[in-house]
Amino acid sequence: MSDHEYTPTSKFGKWFNDRLPLLTLANHLTDYPTPKNLNYWWTFGGILTFCLITQIVTGLTLAMHYIAHADMAFESVEHIMRDVNYGWLIRYIHSNGASMFFLAVYIHIFRSLFYGSYKSPREIIWIIGIIIYLLMMASAFMGYVLPWGQMSFWGATVITNLFSAIPFVGEGIVNWLWGGYSVDNPTLTRFFTLHYLLPFLILGLVVLHIWALHVPGNNNPIGIDIKKPSKDTVPFHPYIVIKDGFALLMFMIIFAFFIFYSPNILGHADNYIEANPMVTPAHIVPEWYLLPFYAILRSIPDKLLGVVAMLSAILILAALPWLDTSKIRSAVFRPLYKQFYWILVADVLILGYVGAMPAEGLYLLVARVATAYYFLHFLLILPVLGFKEKTLPVPLSITESVLGGSPNLATAKNKESFDK
Amino acid sequence: MSDKKPERREFLFTASYAVGAVGVGAVVWPLIDQMNPDASVKALASTEVDVSSVKPGNTITVLWRGKPVFIRRRTPEEISEAKSVKMEDLKHPEKDEDRAKDPEWLVMVGVCTHLGCVPLNDKGDYDGWFCPCHGSHYDTSGRIRKGPAPLNMEVPKYEFVNANTIKIG
Repeated sequence: MSDHEYTPTSKFGKWFNDRLPLLTLANHLTDYPTPKNLNYWWTFGGILTFCLITQIVTGLTLAMHYIAHADMAFESVEHIMRDVNYGWLIRYIHSNGASMFFLAVYIHIFRSLFYGSYKSPREIIWIIGIIIYLLMMASAFMGYVLPWGQMSFWGATVITNLFSAIPFVGEGIVNWLWGGYSVDNPTLTRFFTLHYLLPFLILGLVVLHIWALHVPGNNNPIGIDIKKPSKDTVPFHPYIVIKDGFALLMFMIIFAFFIFYSPNILGHADNYIEANPMVTPAHIVPEWYLLPFYAILRSIPDKLLGVVAMLSAILILAALPWLDTSKIRSAVFRPLYKQFYWILVADVLILGYVGAMPAEGLYLLVARVATAYYFLHFLLILPVLGFKEKTLPVPLSITESVLGGSPNLATAKNKESFDK
Repeated sequence: MSDKKPERREFLFTASYAVGAVGVGAVVWPLIDQMNPDASVKALASTEVDVSSVKPGNTITVLWRGKPVFIRRRTPEEISEAKSVKMEDLKHPEKDEDRAKDPEWLVMVGVCTHLGCVPLNDKGDYDGWFCPCHGSHYDTSGRIRKGPAPLNMEVPKYEFVNANTIKIG
């Protein structure tokens, strides 16, 4: 994988490396040539790795105190909060960590959308990323069920009932998922098992995601292919390590703010009421990071079609490398796409907002329009735009665009202002 | 290869794959089926309820198989309202007589057929039930009238053991 032969200097190192080339791998990772114009939007890969490790470490320690039983789960979470040494801290890191994880992943995904990072030759990286995203949602959903509060219970009921929309076999599948005729203890124990398993699957996929990334190398803000190593690249260490590290510190400040100053602001008060199968809370809302998809689900008046639309909204992303027909990667050189990109960002934010509101009146109308636009963006606008759009001239190299030798100086300036 | 007749070796390959597939299936099935409702869950199949204290216009909610069951003693106005609805106005056409054997007593699983929430009593546009989750309205017979739910609330198997006791399941 390395672009040059590597030989360890010490005799032992050489002996070991001949038998298991770990040092070659370490050398590849430190010397890995990265485009020198990467901006701070590129630091979220590192931030996400941090989030995953944080969730695994805090999750493991919580699992030492949590009891996965319908009669004891709620109490054991309170026990963690009140009795276990630093239990409150570990639990708040874990629960807010899920939100921070999704915040980072959404920025990471929208970075790819802006700079066309999903395009050839990086389709596999993108698709692995979408699978990671799906597993993250499943993992977060099942984790939210574990405290066995009212939102846990009714969230689990509503989400598992989505499968009942499948014709003929739906009810059988739902009973199989539940291990009974309603969400109950068997459901809780299997959710705990899967919640424990999925992060390790995600970890494995992250390794594949990075491996697939290291084959073509990073995309970059101007989206052109670069020779590596060359004047256009810098080694990963120390340049990117320091930049990622600084961004991570900034991210951790925000993270710490939530943990120490408003640990429950992203949750729901109803989840501090123990699960009661007889009473549904007046207003069921999923966690914020699932709201846009929840809005799509509710905007369709038919049960089956609503579920189909919600799943399609996620799966359509996997087809994105082929739906976007433009040869130019970066939105910096695509004046029209850039505008549609920001409309899409607004559209998703609007969906998130109406997803949190009751599904009636004006909210419902807005949800329907926003849902229609979401699909229009991917199924009509992107394919057509690739043929119709007049793109700006693209510089031949990163050095050229940075030093101002670009055929289009204004473009390079624009790019810089976006970076800030 | 292709214009030759199948040889013994190819037959052996096919047979091995087939046996292998059956073997894998036989091992995988118990691992999948263990997730289905177990014997202890199935054993809780029926429950008996004393309804002597329920006054007309009141509803009691009991737990059956982990789900709430509504038992409503309907008033004469509610019964006539349920009976007067035309079949063509219903999303899931069912006669009130078929849902309530004794018109005074309506017994049904109190679970919204949309995504499984518990609808609220005496709410909604049709004087019956209203589901707060996604806004489904049910009438005084528990039939879906408005909103995303596709079906009427389910009537479970039940019988009057005596004048005061209903056995559900």
